[in-house]
Amino acid sequence: MAERTIAAIATSLGEGSVGIIRISGTEAFDIADKVFLSVSGKKISDISGYCALFGEVRNGEKRIDEAVALKFVAPKSYTGENVVELSVHGGTLLVKEVLRAVLTAGAVLAQPGEFTKRAFLNGKMDLVKAESVMGLIKASNTSELRISQSVHGGGVSKQLNAIEEKLVSAAASIAAYCDYPEEDIGQINEETFIRELSCVALSFEKMLSEYDAGKVLREGIETVIIGRPNVGKSTLMNLLSGQTKSIVTDVAGTTRDVIEETVMLGEVPLHLADTAGIRESNDEVESVGVSLARQRLESAQLVLAVFCANDKLTDEDIKLLEECKDKPLIVIINKCDLGEEIIGDFAKGTEIVRMSAKLGQGIDALKDAVARVTATENLSPDSAVLISERQRDLANRAMLCVNEALNCIKSGVTPDAVGVCVDEALACLYEMTGKRATETVTEEIFRKFCVGK
Amino acid sequence: MITYKADEFDIAVIGGGHAGIEAALAAARLGCSTVMFTVTMDWIGNMPCNPSIGGTAKGHLVRELDALGGEMGKAADKNTIQSRMLNRGKGPAVHSLRAQIDRRNYSEYMKHAVELQKDLDVKQAEVIDVAKNGDFWDVTTKLGARYTVKAVIFATGTFLASKIYVGEVNYNSGPDGLAPSMDLAQSLKNLGLPLRRFKTGTPARVDRASINFSELEIQYGDSEITPFSFSTNAEDIDNSSVCYIAYTNNDTEAVIRENLDRSPLYSGDIEGVGPRYCPSIEDKIVRFADKKRHLLFIEPCGKNTEELYLQGMSSSLPEEVQIKFYRTIKGLENVKIMRNAYAIEYDCIDPLALSYTLEIKEHSGLYGAGQFNGSSGYEEAAVQGFVAGVNAALKIQGKEPLVFSRTDSYIGTLIDDLVTKGCSDPYRMMTSRSEYRLLLRQDNADERMMPTGRKLGLIGDKDWDAFLLRKEQKETEIARLKATTIAPCQSLNEYLQSVGTAPMTTGMRLAELIKRPQLSYDALSSWDKERPCLTIDVREKIETEIKYEGYIARQKSAVEEMLRLERKRIPENIDYAQVGSLRLEAVEKLSKIRPENIGQASRISGVSPADISVLLIFLEKYKNGEN
Repeated sequence: MAERTIAAIATSLGEGSVGIIRISGTEAFDIADKVFLSVSGKKISDISGYCALFGEVRNGEKRIDEAVALKFVAPKSYTGENVVELSVHGGTLLVKEVLRAVLTAGAVLAQPGEFTKRAFLNGKMDLVKAESVMGLIKASNTSELRISQSVHGGGVSKQLNAIEEKLVSAAASIAAYCDYPEEDIGQINEETFIRELSCVALSFEKMLSEYDAGKVLREGIETVIIGRPNVGKSTLMNLLSGQTKSIVTDVAGTTRDVIEETVMLGEVPLHLADTAGIRESNDEVESVGVSLARQRLESAQLVLAVFCANDKLTDEDIKLLEECKDKPLIVIINKCDLGEEIIGDFAKGTEIVRMSAKLGQGIDALKDAVARVTATENLSPDSAVLISERQRDLANRAMLCVNEALNCIKSGVTPDAVGVCVDEALACLYEMTGKRATETVTEEIFRKFCVGK
Repeated sequence: MITYKADEFDIAVIGGGHAGIEAALAAARLGCSTVMFTVTMDWIGNMPCNPSIGGTAKGHLVRELDALGGEMGKAADKNTIQSRMLNRGKGPAVHSLRAQIDRRNYSEYMKHAVELQKDLDVKQAEVIDVAKNGDFWDVTTKLGARYTVKAVIFATGTFLASKIYVGEVNYNSGPDGLAPSMDLAQSLKNLGLPLRRFKTGTPARVDRASINFSELEIQYGDSEITPFSFSTNAEDIDNSSVCYIAYTNNDTEAVIRENLDRSPLYSGDIEGVGPRYCPSIEDKIVRFADKKRHLLFIEPCGKNTEELYLQGMSSSLPEEVQIKFYRTIKGLENVKIMRNAYAIEYDCIDPLALSYTLEIKEHSGLYGAGQFNGSSGYEEAAVQGFVAGVNAALKIQGKEPLVFSRTDSYIGTLIDDLVTKGCSDPYRMMTSRSEYRLLLRQDNADERMMPTGRKLGLIGDKDWDAFLLRKEQKETEIARLKATTIAPCQSLNEYLQSVGTAPMTTGMRLAELIKRPQLSYDALSSWDKERPCLTIDVREKIETEIKYEGYIARQKSAVEEMLRLERKRIPENIDYAQVGSLRLEAVEKLSKIRPENIGQASRISGVSPADISVLLIFLEKYKNGEN
């Protein structure tokens, strides 16, 4: 049962200047020849690989467009199969018509992610790389794009290779020590061993923390703006989103439901929620708003707590601060242009930003504070990071195994147990890079791909 | 040549070594009429190399075999002259039993065991031909006797087309001056078996009187002994012999280096591949040039002989060079060689041609075991002999095959490695070959294997009842330790501090206390008044299962994961060339090895995870197609 030859539009639909239709599979050349007629009269099947022909694409007798056909021969192609790429003028209708012609000629429409899936199945890329391709395609902001590009460049694989080397060497030294008691293989050098494994554990730890920070950059962070009524929450929201979204009045309690918006603050996408001012209220509608605000606070990953600079600190303020003390928190002292009554000491130990939302002052300070609190400050999107939950989970398991191995050695548990822990860490690593197969891996990764790549 | 029809049997076993013995005994004990051929009745169960049984991972194999109803463990216990548990202090997973054996007595014991076995004929004859005869196989001896059988088990050891090398001298011969099987090798080639050449070697045996022991370190047996067999009493084991330790030095190295060009290994005379894990002394010196000295053990070959074995010093250098370099060693200055060291080259099969039952896939009714399958070592041979013998019998009786897995035994690991990964040099068992080594311990071989042995009918009531009792004692005691709380007291806290662990402030469960690396089950006996009186093997099992509970649980879940892949069966008739997207190398390997399930397929070298994904997708489609 040979795999069918597949085809899809490889560029994004829209008014781009060029559209590419990719055909991949054993019959790619024959199918392309059925729809493409070169000016020189040469056939795609006859020219050598990595050559281009100029001509036109036809649907039966009907000429569709001028086109350039580029030929790749298996296994030296993106998918590892025979590939033809037809470049035609951009434009949704035109490109779709060419695709239709190719499908009529015998290709089947590629499933989401199928090109990359075939590339993986044909050994053209490891899992980590394949996952990053998915990241590239889905990248919706520039930080995310740069992370995906870095991983695609093999940064993660390189780091993992270094870790693998250390683990293999640790496993081998234990094995030799245990399997050859009658050779004078010295005791395992505990100090070196601990040093090497600690180094591995640290690498995993770094990778994991960068994953979490990287995730903030890729996916953004649920952010809630809270504060007593009328401290300027909605003004802040509007400042950040650059337009009037929340109704701003001088009447306390104007915002009664939750208003949402995603904004970019520096490198970090914030999914902002402006909430009703939190206070005890007899107004039924307002009470509902307040309880919604409290729910938001529960689920938020970042809290921007707004206080009014020219008011004295109230009991409500203190209570509020108490409520969000376990969350990543930035205290914003707003309305600084009106003078400062409030005593800054109340929020000691947290990030404090003084600003005037109304005048747009202090926005840079807020940007820096957000970067610090989300640990994205020093994260270069170019440094390699893990990019999927699957990878994170395996890296985490591997790290736990390495730590377990370290505990074993330090507490004097016998080397056989240490060896088993190191082996397990290695198994996680192999699963991460796809060196070892598990049945679900492929399915899980390629499920998320979009057509065309 | 004129042949005559001599007899008929269910099963013929070719070879009377460690594989042949277990194969023949198992087949006969399962009720099949069996004949075992040996080139000489005088050396059944010979140890042509080291006079010892067991060692790392090999000890595990012997105990598993014993729990299944094999003979090796009992024979070893009866003829032990020194017993040691290796790797004490490195953890229960790698504890390995090793015993020095009286070589002649061992052979005599085994000879008598096969002679006494019902349904088993033992014959001194050289088999020269094996040929298909309808649904049967004809086995013909040099004297023209033709035996018609349903199954043949090859346990030819180092005898198949064997050739001995000593320096520039080489000649066709089996070990210890016994005749090689030249004709049989040709017959198997004619059958189309994928044969190849391996090599192994052995050191010199020297005269005890010529050694100056005052220069050597002495090595005694253990004070407390664990037997190989679960049916042996530790008190019955002779542990009176000693071994000695010596070292090579710069002079040894110089002599060897000067004469390297006279080694058949380096001159290119030997084509066979030698064991990486058991290199000759010249190999060690060349490959590990930075090592200043190498260790050798001087071991007795038996009680009634002056021959001593120089473990670690095998060589294929000329005899005169051997004398020279042995004499550079402190204590061996005047050593007299009684038997010289030599290398031996022999034919064996590529084990990838075998299935899990050790049957040759392309030749129904032919089985291989031991060195014939590319392994090295008496213990590796014995377990394969057992598996081949049992499966040949089960097949003849129309019963389900007996297949071991990596998840249940070292036997399963050994066979899976051989038939899935193959081997490029003689395969030796090691604990690191098992990913589940905290589960597959030598101390629990009975729990893992004895139910299977009992089911086969190879474990008698007495051994079975003793096993059930041990198991019950262990479980009851572990439950008690987990439920019993011990209160802190001064004497206990003093003890805890003296071994470097924290004193207790509140009451603690006994099991929790035993988990501390500094403490043992036995050490707490004075403070644990209700403790039952248990034998050492049960006590050790209890301690291990408590101390390593967490790791054991982890390994159990890893086993589950592996079994999930193993349960995905691959249809026998699958045509890999028709599975799209498989890489060419994978198609070749898969077509050759024909894995039985996805788990096995994933362990084949040259089959990548990508290929496995392709296979899984194919199987899914295949299944849907069937429905």
